[in-house]
Amino acid sequence: MPTKREKDVATVRETTGHEWDGIREFDTPLPRWWLYTFIATIVFAVVYCVLYPSIPLLRTHTEGLLGYTNRTALVASTKAAVAAQAKFIDRIRAASLDDIRKDPELLGFAETGGRAAFNENCAPCHRPGGAGAKGFPNLADDDWLWGGTLAAIQQTITHGIRNADPDSRQSQMPRFGADGILNRQQISDVADYVMTLSHQPAPAESAKRGAAIFAQNCVLCHGEKGTGNQEIGAKNLADGIWLYGGDKATLIQTITYARNSSMPSWGARLDPVTIKMLTIYVHSLGGGQ
Amino acid sequence: MSSTLTRARDEHDEEGIPLFAPHEKVYPRGVQGPIRRLKWAVLCACLALYYIGPWLRWDRGPAHPSQALLIDMPARRAYFFWIEIWPQELYYLAGLLILGAIGLFLVTSLFGRIWCGYTCPQTVWTDLFLWAERLIEGDRAQRIRLDQQGLSLEKVAKKTAKHAAWLLIAVATGGAWVMYFNDAPTLVRDVFTLHASTTQYGFIGLFAGTTYLLAGWAREQVCTYMCPWPRIQSAMIDEETFAVTYRDWRGEPRGKHKKGDSWAGRGDCIDCRACIAVCPTGIDIRDGLQLECIGCGLCIDACNEIMDKVGRPRGLIAFDTYANGVARKRGETPHRRFLRPRTFIYAAVLLFVTALMLTALTRRSTVEISVLADRSPLFVRLAGGSIRDGYTLKIENKASETRTYAISAQGLPGALLHVAELEVVAVPAEQGTVLPVRGDAIGSFRVYLQAPKSGQPETHFQFIVRETQSGETARYEATFRGPAS
Repeated sequence: MPTKREKDVATVRETTGHEWDGIREFDTPLPRWWLYTFIATIVFAVVYCVLYPSIPLLRTHTEGLLGYTNRTALVASTKAAVAAQAKFIDRIRAASLDDIRKDPELLGFAETGGRAAFNENCAPCHRPGGAGAKGFPNLADDDWLWGGTLAAIQQTITHGIRNADPDSRQSQMPRFGADGILNRQQISDVADYVMTLSHQPAPAESAKRGAAIFAQNCVLCHGEKGTGNQEIGAKNLADGIWLYGGDKATLIQTITYARNSSMPSWGARLDPVTIKMLTIYVHSLGGGQ
Repeated sequence: MSSTLTRARDEHDEEGIPLFAPHEKVYPRGVQGPIRRLKWAVLCACLALYYIGPWLRWDRGPAHPSQALLIDMPARRAYFFWIEIWPQELYYLAGLLILGAIGLFLVTSLFGRIWCGYTCPQTVWTDLFLWAERLIEGDRAQRIRLDQQGLSLEKVAKKTAKHAAWLLIAVATGGAWVMYFNDAPTLVRDVFTLHASTTQYGFIGLFAGTTYLLAGWAREQVCTYMCPWPRIQSAMIDEETFAVTYRDWRGEPRGKHKKGDSWAGRGDCIDCRACIAVCPTGIDIRDGLQLECIGCGLCIDACNEIMDKVGRPRGLIAFDTYANGVARKRGETPHRRFLRPRTFIYAAVLLFVTALMLTALTRRSTVEISVLADRSPLFVRLAGGSIRDGYTLKIENKASETRTYAISAQGLPGALLHVAELEVVAVPAEQGTVLPVRGDAIGSFRVYLQAPKSGQPETHFQFIVRETQSGETARYEATFRGPAS
């Protein structure tokens, strides 16, 4: 291969002197700005390798002079975020629930924090926004099983319902059918009567028989007109809102086997400030009293 | 690369012109004359506008920035004297840009590229950098000599001084740019006491860097290779457009001229190349109107000086139209024709857009609402049998003072309205209630509407928000959802 460097006639520029089948190549250097940028990136890489963790060794890696790691950066930014929230957290810890509601700044913070905690801990059962599901009460309506005041909500969240916590909400509905307290006909009759309480159509004859059974067995907890009792979590049967369903088949099932669902006690899992924020949030969903 | 070489050789064989012209550094010579003076005046005016801009004050009350021209990124507001723009009104900016573009079309069709030659920031800063270069390294001949000579103490000193001066101007440029985004006095204090944020220093550095690069190093290459405007401006230019013109009918045939030689049978151009030496883009205007010419007219000053010296009439190079060139050549009286279909259309579009913008600005509503219906739960059954929907209502108060808004919902028979933030009981929705919103802020409210069960899964209705003082009203079409049965 001949290596005769020569000037190209047309462009008056040097060629490399290489020739392939009569085709020659310009000896065009890289544009200088390109070259300098390239050198700058090399310099940058060297500096970076010295300052930051970069070169993998067999079991470890070079740590870099700055001692930077993603983990420490995350810890630091989390710490900074916690520190930034600290003044609100402290104020919420000290303030009563009513005072938090009156302070727009604290209220905003508590609602936002409460929403986050709700979505993480409560939404799996109660659904986002407290929409509820079968067996899990809707928290946005104005029908409360155990009370919708700030204090009642805080109590329910802290200790839960029907669990091992000694302070949890306790009550038990008898299993009228399964334990043989009422027979099938009686249960059917009382179900018909309960349907009339919420103005649903039911045969008048059996409902009348059911009214007598209701007066004997149910009034103690659910009240004379079936309006319930929040002290013992007895459901309001007259308002058309149902936890499990208000049709006859579901009512028969409920009376036969009873419904004694439970809610965990959150006092042991969440700190008091989070519970306060949850209380404020749940209260703000629309049904708070 | 190798195939290019082959092609280049072929091209050369046929045409004798190489395909690629290597970049040649341009060393514009200094020049005196009326056009140069005008150019200095425009340059000073533009720089003054740029540097004084952020220091202008405008009183908007204690809660608002008092800077007349300010784009407040963190607060999402842009201020222009008495106008305050929210981010969703960025179309005003688009309108301004459209106005700028059409204005440019009109001016270009009338007077050629005077934007490029006088007011374009690239031209202004290149001129400024050239002035500093000329001050330190001397005029054209000295600069060429300096670049060609070997490394010496003088060369290093001069080059260092020049780049230091350039960087200083560049930093001042970047610094002033950042002032339009921050309170200028505070920023200046922070920058010099090293209290400014990394972002602020970063942007000063960024704009200093681009200024240094574009005005110091790239110069005319920006106009020739980077800027799209020279390539589309030919669409605005016709034979009645003013442009820097070499009057070849007077100048040709050109040739060297000795004192005492006769002028008979030859042109006035003595081929002194003064027009090329002063040209900031390094072109020969005698080749006619060309892409690289930014229309600054410095060659006019240079040529007039020479014409005075050799005793020929001025104006061998002049601002003139193509049509006039033809007329003068024939010995006819030149004329000016500013009123042409093209200029009429540009002016009409300009007027139309201006009117549109002014109308939009004067009719700009200071209240806007947006309503977000709850997605979960979509609706809630209440103990009394009625249905309740929750909404997040946002009221934008664009006025600077706190205002009150009467809100109501129309189209939901028998509905009750309740605002969570106000500790009041529900009121009839058609009658509504009154909400206060702080000045220059968005008020966010939880609004509950409670209506008797209708059996309709969707009922359409209107949220109406009326400013209590001015009566200005905003409406929002919303949907009330409920169970189908």
